[in-house]
Amino acid sequence: MVSGFCRVAWLWLALVWLAGAAHAAPRVVSLLPALTEAVCMLGACDTLVAVDRYSNWPDAVQALPKVGGGLDPDVEAVLALRPDVVLMSASAVRSVPRLRALGLRVVTVDAERYEQVPALLQKVAQTLQLDAQAAPALWQGMQRQIQALAATVPMEARGARVYMEVSGEGYAAGQASFVGEMLAQLGVRSVIPQAMGAFPKIEPEWVLQADPDLLVLPQASAQRLTQRPGWRHLAAVQQVRVCRYTPSEGDALVRPGPRMVEGARWMARCLREVWG
Amino acid sequence: MSSGRAAWGLLLLLGVLSLLLLGLGLRVGSGWWQQPVPDFVLFEVRVPRLLAAWLSGALLGLAGAIAQGLFRNPLADPYLLGSAAGASLGLALALVWLGAGMVGSGLGAALGSTGAAWLGALGAVWLTLTLARGAQHTLRLLLAGVVVGVVLGAMVSLLGYWRPDILVVMQGFMLGSTAFAAWPAVQLMAVVLALSGALAWGYAKVLDALAAGEETAQSLGLPLPGARVVLVWTLAAATASSVAHTGLIAFVGLAAPHMVRALVGVTYRWRLPLSALMGGVLLLAADLVARVLLAPQQLPVGVLTAVLGGGYLLWLMSRRRGLWGGP
Repeated sequence: MVSGFCRVAWLWLALVWLAGAAHAAPRVVSLLPALTEAVCMLGACDTLVAVDRYSNWPDAVQALPKVGGGLDPDVEAVLALRPDVVLMSASAVRSVPRLRALGLRVVTVDAERYEQVPALLQKVAQTLQLDAQAAPALWQGMQRQIQALAATVPMEARGARVYMEVSGEGYAAGQASFVGEMLAQLGVRSVIPQAMGAFPKIEPEWVLQADPDLLVLPQASAQRLTQRPGWRHLAAVQQVRVCRYTPSEGDALVRPGPRMVEGARWMARCLREVWG
Repeated sequence: MSSGRAAWGLLLLLGVLSLLLLGLGLRVGSGWWQQPVPDFVLFEVRVPRLLAAWLSGALLGLAGAIAQGLFRNPLADPYLLGSAAGASLGLALALVWLGAGMVGSGLGAALGSTGAAWLGALGAVWLTLTLARGAQHTLRLLLAGVVVGVVLGAMVSLLGYWRPDILVVMQGFMLGSTAFAAWPAVQLMAVVLALSGALAWGYAKVLDALAAGEETAQSLGLPLPGARVVLVWTLAAATASSVAHTGLIAFVGLAAPHMVRALVGVTYRWRLPLSALMGGVLLLAADLVARVLLAPQQLPVGVLTAVLGGGYLLWLMSRRRGLWGGP
């Protein structure tokens, strides 16, 4: 009699637990800013239980625990949070196998190209078991916004050749990069051809020969523009066709991910200011 | 006989220290002030990490003792034959060629960053041996090792210059860290330590004889050519296994044998196991300090071993004038 009651009680408890598990939102740890941003843009910010130290957008994630970086996560802290899934970059070659070996479900996402963004959104939406239309709808909305921004670019700016530096050390965004693809969407193009790769290190002299129509640089390095050998001869320098971006604007511009609309908006404004 | 007793004493001391540090390490997480952690964190992260730190340090200590005996040079360290640069190049090439595939599937995932580093380290030693035309000539071996180290190091730098996206991973590797060591790493390093320890111990007499000079060693009728080849590969395997799992930990391989010989003057039969123990204790202690110093941020343990090891050697140097020529 007692054992029968126990059996019923256990069964009941198991059912309650199963029902709870089926309804509970997954506990997500994101170890890449672009993925954190994707989760939040898909409206699932509240599933995040921790993020990496570089995730800084939207403001809601600032309050979450930080568990190291994608390449050097605090393994103990991640495991102790018992997440249902960990979202990471596929380039974290040392930390991904370690977290998987601990039995965690790790979903890796490649985020380097424009055309990978819809797949990124789709993968995140699937992982979080969101509505099947959530990712395509977001992507279509983003594309519409970028097309609208492209329409605001002045005619004179169309086809302009842009030199955009992503760091003070002379690494620049080529046509093959995420940034280059965004520029193309706006009707301008990077001076650095496909063949040179995504973010090659560029000789100052090469820039002189290429003579770009517009320079886009990080605020920190843009101040010493004329000190670079020969650069005062550049048409873009002489006619002050230069845009400078702050670190947070740089995040939106350079991070391949769902904030590309923000980046495109900044770039379109830069083009309007220079040629408007 | 008193040196024998001192050696037993040191053995006991290092053994007890190892156990104490392991026990302490169980209490210290990635933050000193954390509440007690669940068991699964303890057994799946903390314990393998502690054991891996000890084993990696022991491998470096052993390799350092072999290197200093083999090259009859107190400045010799395990990375001398180019294995450090080789491991870095192996990892850098894998990152460039296989890239994201290393966490996905296929060749990259099967090889892994550990496998790439391991192959690179052994490949570099093979290259050094080839350039030196065998292991028989100490100076030639040393020079070839330096050349291989410099050239492969330059290639790593070039790859990083071309592909700055690999730099962050490479930097982490070059600083050394025990944060990602798991049970398979512990098992593999334990096996390699046992094998290389036994092999080197078997040739301890050769190392002792070499200390007295190559002519002496030859005149004693020891199997010198064969022994040198075995010792070089033992050194290479021990170093490669450590480096592949925990990156380029600085100074432990140089400092551990030094500290042993500063504390007790003994033959290699003692010096080899004592150096291994000393290496294990050093890296384990450094790893503990690295974990709490900047918690919850992580300090790569290699930075700490370099600072502490360098400081200790300097202190030793000023205290014992005879050290560099020492017994």
